[in-house]
Amino acid sequence: MQCLFEYLERSAKTWPGKTAFTDGESSLTFAETLSAAQSIGQALSHRYNREPIAVLMERSPQMIAAFFGVLHANCFYVPLDREMSNYRIRAILQQCEPKALIFDSATKGLAEELGFPGETLDYANISHNNPATQAIIKSDFAIDTDIAYIVYTSGSTGTPKGVAASHSNVIGYIDALSDILGADSQTVFGSQTPLYVDACLKEVYTTIKTGATTVLIPKKLFSQPVRLVEFLNAHKINTVCWVVSALTMISGFGTLDKLKPEFLHTVAFGSEVFQLPQFKLWREALPNARFINLYGPTETTGMCCHFEVKGVPETVIPIGKPFPNTDVFLVKDGKRVTEADVEGELYVRGSRVAAGYYRDTIRTSESFVQNPLHNDYPEIVYRTGDIAKYDGSGNLLYISRLDHQIKHMGYRIELAEIEAAASRAPGVAAVCCVYDKDRDRLSLYFTGQAEAKAVSKLLKGDLPRYMAPQSVVRLDEMPLTANGKTDRVRLLKECAKPDNIKNLA
Amino acid sequence: MEKLIALLSSVNEDVDWQNSADLMDSGALDSFDIISIVANLSDEYGVEIGAEELLPENFNSASAILAMIERLLQLR
Repeated sequence: MQCLFEYLERSAKTWPGKTAFTDGESSLTFAETLSAAQSIGQALSHRYNREPIAVLMERSPQMIAAFFGVLHANCFYVPLDREMSNYRIRAILQQCEPKALIFDSATKGLAEELGFPGETLDYANISHNNPATQAIIKSDFAIDTDIAYIVYTSGSTGTPKGVAASHSNVIGYIDALSDILGADSQTVFGSQTPLYVDACLKEVYTTIKTGATTVLIPKKLFSQPVRLVEFLNAHKINTVCWVVSALTMISGFGTLDKLKPEFLHTVAFGSEVFQLPQFKLWREALPNARFINLYGPTETTGMCCHFEVKGVPETVIPIGKPFPNTDVFLVKDGKRVTEADVEGELYVRGSRVAAGYYRDTIRTSESFVQNPLHNDYPEIVYRTGDIAKYDGSGNLLYISRLDHQIKHMGYRIELAEIEAAASRAPGVAAVCCVYDKDRDRLSLYFTGQAEAKAVSKLLKGDLPRYMAPQSVVRLDEMPLTANGKTDRVRLLKECAKPDNIKNLA
Repeated sequence: MEKLIALLSSVNEDVDWQNSADLMDSGALDSFDIISIVANLSDEYGVEIGAEELLPENFNSASAILAMIERLLQLR
């Protein structure tokens, strides 16, 4: 296996009439996915090779077919979504300069508004040609180190970072993940994540590899827990890989007392800490289901640690042990940590480490580094910036971040990116964004002439929705520490009581 | 109603609380907004809002939210 497209060719042969992807309204079988992808590949392949192609579509089975179409032309896809904000979409397009952009009826207006300089292609026009007419199948020539996609993640300078992953990165990931989940053609995934983050690899590629089915769950159901569980049951969903906040939206309101997801047997979760009282509610509701904690940064392609929870743990749920063929190690003072309870920075080694940040050698060299444990030969490893330690059983426990990166609603956010966006507003001087973990709340403080309302409005326009702070407050003066740095701790304490904030400085 | 609008605006000030009537259906309120609103309503009005109430008909507009609160208060 050297190209992800081979997964699709195989599954379309084995399960041609089976539904691969559905959103409850529109569906594609494996054969239909292949046919659409071949047609799209044909439309792209005369002009482009090993180049980025943007896919700006409604989250749908068709958007996934477009990804495979791009791979078929031996190009790499850059997934975009309306909910990312126009500013961010523009920043991404500027950063990677895709040669072409695929849109659909829902994004047509936006595609025009963006003034995209390259070729724009309407999914409806390029997905129904006769694939038999094509002369060359370029995916035959893809090798496994070719890039498959670029997904963008929050960057502390204000410019998002594009993580470029190869076919082999994804193949290794999905081989390991499908074993860990026990996925096969009976599996019905209920997908929660948007298609522009790497979290969706789990369902999309495991489905294509194993002949499973992925149901894209409408986003608005995640505010309506009873309807959400009814949807899981109506579609006989048996496997989910969700952010913890999506699971606690169900358990936190007592939904499981009234209604259970009756087909669900495998619950993978990650991106956030699962609080034990909430975990217990799930365990009690589904005593026979498997619960698997997953951990991993986008830069090492999906997830790299897993822990299957037996019973209800006493303290915290570990992130566990590395995926097969992946080495996850802790470093402290230049040495590998081997004993329990010693904290170190978490590094990842192996073929899952992504190619790097697209067109960004500086930030790539900061995080994709020579293995700090030796200098004997070149070996690039990924430095996560996460602090972890081993427990007594050799399982890894997540502790904290080295920097100001946070997780909010399962999304990874650099507070500095929010600060950089606020600094662009006219009349803003000093700026600081803090995250109150207990209340899951982002608060931005600034000094200057600007009105808080205007700054808030600009942030909502420029940032993806999940990054927009819940409160924006103008201060006369920024509180400083003795060293003259912004006093984040003080801001964090004060943001719990907004009435006091004006007297802070 | 004014008190409620003020409370709702403190959760999400960009929503047109006076006039919108499809807040949950249109996705203008996401799950994070709903959790914040429920927590605030419970603090302010002392009502317990269960999963079965988290439906568009109760959250599509400020007046629908008010009707739900009044109904829950009467049940107590």
